[in-house]
Amino acid sequence: MSTSQPMLDIQNVVTHYGKIVALRGVDMTVNAGEIVTLIGANGAGKSTLMMTICGSPQATSGRILYNGEDITGMPTHEIMRKSIAQSPEGRRIFPRMSVMENLIMGAETANNPDTDESLKRVFDLFPRLKERQNQRGGTLSGGEQQMLAIARALMSRPKLLLLDEPSLGLAPLIVKQIFDAIRDLNQSDGLTVFLVEQNAYHALKLAHRGYVMVNGTITMSGTGKDLLAREDVKAAYLEGGAH
Amino acid sequence: MDYFLQQLINGVTLGSIYGLIAIGYTMVYGIIGMINFAHGDIFMVGSFIALILIVAFGITSSLPIVLLILALIGVLIVSMALTSVWGWTVERIAYRPLRGSFRLAPLITAIGASIALQNFVQISQGARNKPLQPLIPGGFTLTEGGADGSGFIVQLSYSQILIIVVTTVLMIGFTMLINKTSLGRAQRACEQDRKMASLLGINVDRTISLTFVMGAALASVAGLMFLLYYGVIDFYIGFLAGVKAFTAAVLGGIGSLPGAMLGGLLIGLIETFWSGYFSVEYKDVAAFSILAIVLIFMPEGLLGKPEVEKV
Repeated sequence: MSTSQPMLDIQNVVTHYGKIVALRGVDMTVNAGEIVTLIGANGAGKSTLMMTICGSPQATSGRILYNGEDITGMPTHEIMRKSIAQSPEGRRIFPRMSVMENLIMGAETANNPDTDESLKRVFDLFPRLKERQNQRGGTLSGGEQQMLAIARALMSRPKLLLLDEPSLGLAPLIVKQIFDAIRDLNQSDGLTVFLVEQNAYHALKLAHRGYVMVNGTITMSGTGKDLLAREDVKAAYLEGGAH
Repeated sequence: MDYFLQQLINGVTLGSIYGLIAIGYTMVYGIIGMINFAHGDIFMVGSFIALILIVAFGITSSLPIVLLILALIGVLIVSMALTSVWGWTVERIAYRPLRGSFRLAPLITAIGASIALQNFVQISQGARNKPLQPLIPGGFTLTEGGADGSGFIVQLSYSQILIIVVTTVLMIGFTMLINKTSLGRAQRACEQDRKMASLLGINVDRTISLTFVMGAALASVAGLMFLLYYGVIDFYIGFLAGVKAFTAAVLGGIGSLPGAMLGGLLIGLIETFWSGYFSVEYKDVAAFSILAIVLIFMPEGLLGKPEVEKV
């Protein structure tokens, strides 16, 4: 892979839900080895962009390139077999499967068939899951479900991890634990992460680069540090968040 | 007591057939939330395919026993394969194009598919009853009754044994398939959250197709069993058997696999005991009263899962 080519290249993507326009021409890149965050208010279209990358819904126009390959029109299950994994909004744990089965589902399409090794890695990352491995997914606490959602995504040994609001509804201590884990994965394994967050302060501190989305378009971009320092970002997204 | 025993044997046999059909209803409901009203007719088609194969290959009870068993296994496998193609085709033509449409749409095409299958078989095979000479005559006599003709003769026929054994083996194998294999896991994942399953790289459409194929294969086994047990079929058998198997699936808890098996067994027993102790004419009324009672007082069925999960 050439260094000039971004891992994920989103070009002028427009997405509709029926007749409603959700994304109005989004441009964005994620380079290999980066943590990139997308912040914005509720309903700005962050999750829609995340799902559009995965082909559900598909973009109405524009292109999405993954390592130079056009994946815009592909069905979701084929995109997800290209070493992309997503921990989606709302976690979407299979409630009537055990923690173990949820994890194995994550490895179902793995390029690397060594499930035991993958299991060991996610249990090292989230030891709580190991204790709960025989419990049904639906009975876990919110924080545990979030850990399980991330762990399940990691089971396929992805190169690009898409994380949608991993901090939503969690206690600060658990948010810190999860963000530490993301940093760890990025630094030690070189995992590329695209993170959608409302918790702008933590997200921008963690990320190398960030984008701000308003009403279906990108309004600002820059390094995490730069965005954190900007007055308009502070005013709009960091009110009370920086403590 | 002897009479009771005989009814029990007959009820378990009938219940096995209903259970095999009920699995197809419950699995399809579990994965796409629709009642496949054409499933009973898939069972009927399976029965006809089995009959055609038996006649075409000249399989009769005069064959040596080993050859007869091998021939029946062959018929079973071929009719499972052919019936599966029918099940797959119905899904492909009548249901898949309507996925994402309003909820009643596939239900209406299901009824259409059911009528189409019935009429197709009626026209291509004729409307008359199709009899089959008993292939597996004989059986065990469990109690002889008194020499003066008092008492009751309890019979356990070889075909009943065959039905109960084959059903038990299939259900064990099938439960293992659902619980232990990656295909089974993919099916359960699609059942619980189709979008998430696709995000994990599962081909949801293919998984749904395979669910129809598996349901049709089991229905075709039921079709062969029905043919062997009753020795007569017609183009209309799918309707009544289908509705009863559907009742069984609801009784057991629609969407639940063990529920479908238990429900099938119970409907078979209820129907048989009602016929044996009360009135044969009203056996269907008894079976369908169960459907009404369950729907009113226990809509989630015996082994159904509660609707609400902690998220």
